[in-house]
Amino acid sequence: MITGPLIVGVACAYLGLLFALAYWADRRADQGRSVIGHPTIYALSLAVYCTAWTFYGSVGRATATGLGFLTIYLGPTLAALLWASLLVKIVRISKSQRITSIADFIASRYGMSQLLGGLVTVIAVVGVIPYISLQLKAIAWSFTILLHYPEVRMPRVLDPAFWQDTAFVVALLLAAFTMVFGTRHLDASERHEGMVAAIAFESIVKLCAFLAVGLWVTFSLLGPGGALTGDGLASAADNPHLAMLLSPRISAPGDWFAISLLAGLAVMLLPRQFQVAVVENSDQRQIRRAIWLFPFYLLLINLFVIPIAVAGLLAFPQGSVDPDTFVLTLPMAYEQPWLALVVFIGGLSAATGMVIVETIALSTMVSNDLVLPLLLRRWQSQATGADLGRLLLRIRRLAIVAILLLGYLYYRLAGEAYALVAIGLISFAAVAQFAPAVVAALYWRGGTREGALAGLSAGFLVWLYTLLLPSFAKSGWLPAAFLDPGPFGIDLLKPQALFGLSGWNEITHCLFWSLTTNVLAFLAVSSLRAPDATEAAQASAYVDAFKHGRPAGLPIWRGSAEIAELMALAERFLGTERTRRAFADFALSRGVAAPGDLPPDAQTVRFAETLLSGAIGGASARVMVASVTEEETLGIDEVLNILDEASQIRAYSRELEQKSRALEAATSELRAANLRLQELDRLKDDFMSSVTHELRTPLASIRAFSEILHDDPDIELGERKRFLGILVSETERLSRLVNQVLDLAKIESGHADWLVEPVDLREVIAQSAATTGRLIEGRGAELVVHTDHCDGEPLVLADRDRLIQVLVNLLSNAAKFTPAGSGQVEIRLTRWDGALRVCVADNGPGIPEGELELIFEKFRQASAGGDKPVGTGLGLPISRQIVEHFGGRIWAEGGAEKGATLCFELPALAAGPGRPRSQAAAQPPTPPSQPAGETRP
Amino acid sequence: MTKRVLIVDDEPNIVISLEFLLKREGFAVSVARDGEEALAAIRAQVPDLVILDVMMPKLDGFSVLSAVRADPAVAAVPVLMLTAKGREAEQKKGLGLGANAYLPKPFSTHELVAKAKALLSGSA
Repeated sequence: MITGPLIVGVACAYLGLLFALAYWADRRADQGRSVIGHPTIYALSLAVYCTAWTFYGSVGRATATGLGFLTIYLGPTLAALLWASLLVKIVRISKSQRITSIADFIASRYGMSQLLGGLVTVIAVVGVIPYISLQLKAIAWSFTILLHYPEVRMPRVLDPAFWQDTAFVVALLLAAFTMVFGTRHLDASERHEGMVAAIAFESIVKLCAFLAVGLWVTFSLLGPGGALTGDGLASAADNPHLAMLLSPRISAPGDWFAISLLAGLAVMLLPRQFQVAVVENSDQRQIRRAIWLFPFYLLLINLFVIPIAVAGLLAFPQGSVDPDTFVLTLPMAYEQPWLALVVFIGGLSAATGMVIVETIALSTMVSNDLVLPLLLRRWQSQATGADLGRLLLRIRRLAIVAILLLGYLYYRLAGEAYALVAIGLISFAAVAQFAPAVVAALYWRGGTREGALAGLSAGFLVWLYTLLLPSFAKSGWLPAAFLDPGPFGIDLLKPQALFGLSGWNEITHCLFWSLTTNVLAFLAVSSLRAPDATEAAQASAYVDAFKHGRPAGLPIWRGSAEIAELMALAERFLGTERTRRAFADFALSRGVAAPGDLPPDAQTVRFAETLLSGAIGGASARVMVASVTEEETLGIDEVLNILDEASQIRAYSRELEQKSRALEAATSELRAANLRLQELDRLKDDFMSSVTHELRTPLASIRAFSEILHDDPDIELGERKRFLGILVSETERLSRLVNQVLDLAKIESGHADWLVEPVDLREVIAQSAATTGRLIEGRGAELVVHTDHCDGEPLVLADRDRLIQVLVNLLSNAAKFTPAGSGQVEIRLTRWDGALRVCVADNGPGIPEGELELIFEKFRQASAGGDKPVGTGLGLPISRQIVEHFGGRIWAEGGAEKGATLCFELPALAAGPGRPRSQAAAQPPTPPSQPAGETRP
Repeated sequence: MTKRVLIVDDEPNIVISLEFLLKREGFAVSVARDGEEALAAIRAQVPDLVILDVMMPKLDGFSVLSAVRADPAVAAVPVLMLTAKGREAEQKKGLGLGANAYLPKPFSTHELVAKAKALLSGSA
C-alpha cells in the first residue's frame, strides 16, 4: 500500500504546504499584519530544538541508558528558568545593536572584531555539520525503511554512488528549499516571518505525530487487550534493557550533570536557537510565555518515549531492529500504514525544521562574518560599483549548498559509526565553547578581543582533539591507535582520557577539558591588557543593557561624512527603496525635513552603521561606513577624556601623578612664561587701543580749542594766545605721535630703511647733546659728558641718524625726570668686552626695580612724581628696536630714589685700514656684526 | 545757586578747555587729576555734575563711577563720561555702570555744553 511514489508525493505535498504557509505569512508581514507576533508561535518556534534526534533518537537513547535520555531536555528546562533575565538581556542587546547571528553577537561585543566573528563562524560550521548530517540520515533512513513496508528491514549499509544515495537527493532538495525560504532579500534583521511561521507549524506537526504514535502504543499495544501485554512482563527478566526501563533510576550523576549543562547551553548557543530565540524575536514580552510553554512542549514530546521503548523492546527481538527506529517500525510491524506515514511526516518535519533554520543561520554567519571581511580586505573598500546586495545573497546561497553538501559528506564518512544521539552531543559540545565568551559579554567588562580569541581557539582545539577526531577514528578514518594508546604512543595524551582522566564518559571528559582550557585562556589573555575604547564602549552597551534603552551615548567620532555617500553605500546593500525609507524615517525622528538635510554627524553615521549591520553584520558595517566617512582613528587620549571608565582613568592618572611630580618645577616656570605671553598678546591689542586713545586725546584738545576760538570772537588776547599756543603744541604732539607710530610700525615690519656705515659714537654723543642741550638747560640741569675713558676710535656699524634718535630719546627722558633746578645728566662712553657702551644717567627719582623692563613696553611710562609724563610712551620701545636691530642691547639700571641709568651697547667695529691703530689693537677684535638683514636677538 | 561741576581728567589741556567752556556758561568748576582725587572731592562736597575721563592713573574712570554709584551718599550725582575710549563696548559699559551720558573724544563743544546743561537742569 505504501509505495515509493506515495511517500514522495506525501512528502512533497507536506513541503509544499509548508512553503505556502511561509509565503502567506511573509505576505501578511509585508502588509503589516504579522501573524507571528503571538507569543505561542514564538514558543513553538523555539521547539525547533527538537529535531529528528528527539523524534527518533530519544527512544533509542532510552533503550540504552534508561532515563538518561531526559538529560537533553532537563538542561533546557532549567535554562528556561533563567530566560527572564538572561534571554531578555540578550534580546535587548541584539535589537539595539542589530545583531544578526551569534557570531555577530560575540564579535560586536569584543571590539567589533571581524577575526572573532570569523572564528565563531568556523567553529559553528564545523560543530554543526555532524548535526545536519544526522538529520539527513534520519530522513534517508526513515524513507528507506518505510519503503519496505510491510517488511521491517533495516537499510543495509551499502555504498551507493552519491547520485543514487537518498540522502544526497534529500540534501539537494533541502538546499533548494532553504534557499527559497531564507535568501529572498538581504536585510537579515528583517525577520524571516515566513520561516518562523513554517517552523512553528512543523513543531505542532511533529508533536502531534509523536503523540499519535505514543497514544497508539500506550493504549493499543500495551494497554488491556493489546498485542504486547501478554508476553511482556515475562521477558522482562531476560532483557536487561527492558528491566532498566521498567525500574528507572538515575545512574552516573556526573554524566547527568554534564549533559544537562551541555543541553542547557546548547538551547541558547546553537545557531538555529539563537536565530529563532533572539534574531527572530519581535517582542521581548513573548519570552515570558516561552519560559513555561517551551518546557511544557518538551514534556509532552517526551511523554511517551518510555512506553514506545518498552513496546519496541518487546516487539522486536534483540538487535534486529535499531531502537532509533522504533517510532516508525512499530506502526509498520502492527499494520498501521497511515500511522507510519504520519510518523514519517513527523520525522520529516523535525529534520527539515532543523536544517532550514540552522543552515540559514550558518549561511548568514558565513556571508557576514567570514566571506565579506575577506572580500572587503581584498577590495580595500573601493567602490566596485557591483550590486553588493545581490553578491551577498549569492554568497549565502552558495554557503547553504556547501553546508548541506558537507553535511552529506560527514554522513557518508562518519555517520555509520555512531548512534544518532552521540553525534548530536558532539555538536552540543562544540557550541558550548561559546559559553564563556557570551556569559562574560553580558556580565563582565573586562574581556578583550584577544582573550575571546584565545578562549575560543583553545576550547575548539580541545573539542577537536577529544571528540571530533576520535569520532573519525571510530569510523575508521583515522588509525585506531590514535585513541589507544594515544598519539605517538603517549598515554597522557590519549584523546579520550587526557592526562589520565580515564573512565569518564567521552562527552563529560571533553566538556571538562574544553571548558576549562577555554575559560582559563580567556581570563588569562584578557588580563594582559585593559579593554580598549571600542571594547569598553561595547562592554557598557552590553553589560548595562537594562539601564539604558538606547545605545550608550553617542559615539566619540571625528571624521567627515557626506549624507549622499552614506545613502549610496546603504543602497548598494539594501536597495534604493528601503534605504530611502529608512533614511526618511530617521530624518523625521531628528526633526529634519529631508534626508539630505541631515547633519553629517556622529548620530547619523551611527544610524547608517546600524542600518547596514542588519544586513552584513556589525563589524563589516563599521568597516564600510568608516571607508566612506574618512574617519580619523580615535586616539585613546581623546576617548579617555570622555569615557568614564574607572579602570582606564585610574591607570592613566597613576602615570600622570608620577609625571606631574617630576614636572612640577618646570610647569610653574612654564605657567609664568605663559602668563607673560598672554600679557604680551593682550598688550598687542592694547597697543592698538592705546594708539587710538593717544591720537584722540590731542585731537580732542585741538578740536575743542578750535571750536572755542571760532565761536567766541570776544576772548581776551591773553587767553587767545594761550589757547593758540595749546593748539600748536597739541598739533605738534599729535604729529610726533603719528610719526613715532609709523616709525615703530616700519621698523617692526621690516620696512624701515637703514643706512649702515661705520659710525663714531663720540660724534653721535656730541650731536645728541647739542640737540637736547636747550631742553636740558631749560630744566636747569647740567650735562656732563665722559668719553675719554674709551681707547681708540669707538666705531660701530650702524645708522648714524638712528643712533642719534636713540640718544636724544634717552637724553630727553633724563631731562624730563631730573629734579628741576638741580638736575644732573651724565653721558658715559666705555669699551666693555668687545662692545661699546653708552650710558645716560640722571639724578631723578629713578625707576623702581620691578619696572626696569616695563618701561621698554609701548605706552608704558614710568610714574614720575605723580605728574602725567609728557611724552608718547613710544620712545624707548623704538630705541630698543633700533639698538637691537644692530645687534646690541639696551637696558635700564637703578632703583627707586637712586636715579635712573639707561645704557645701550653695540658691538665694536675693529678699526679699518688707513686709520691709526691705537691701543685698541691690544683688545681682541670682535667680529663685525652684519646688521643688514640680521634678525633681532 | 551756582551749579558746581567737577572735571576729572589728567590731560591738562582738556581740563583747560573744559574749564573755559563751563565757566563761560556760568558754572563753578573744580578739578581732579586722578581717580582718587576725584572720589575724595566728590565725597567732600557733592558736585552738581561730574565730567569724568576714563584713562587716568591710580583709579580709572569706570572704577570711580562704580564707587560713586555704590555709595548711597553720593550715588545720585549725574555723571557725564568724556573719554577717548569710544568703542561701543565701552560706551555700553559706562552707561551700564550708571553714567548718565557718554561722549567720546574728540567731542563737539556745543554738544558737551548742551549735555552738561541738560544734566544740570535736571537736578534743579
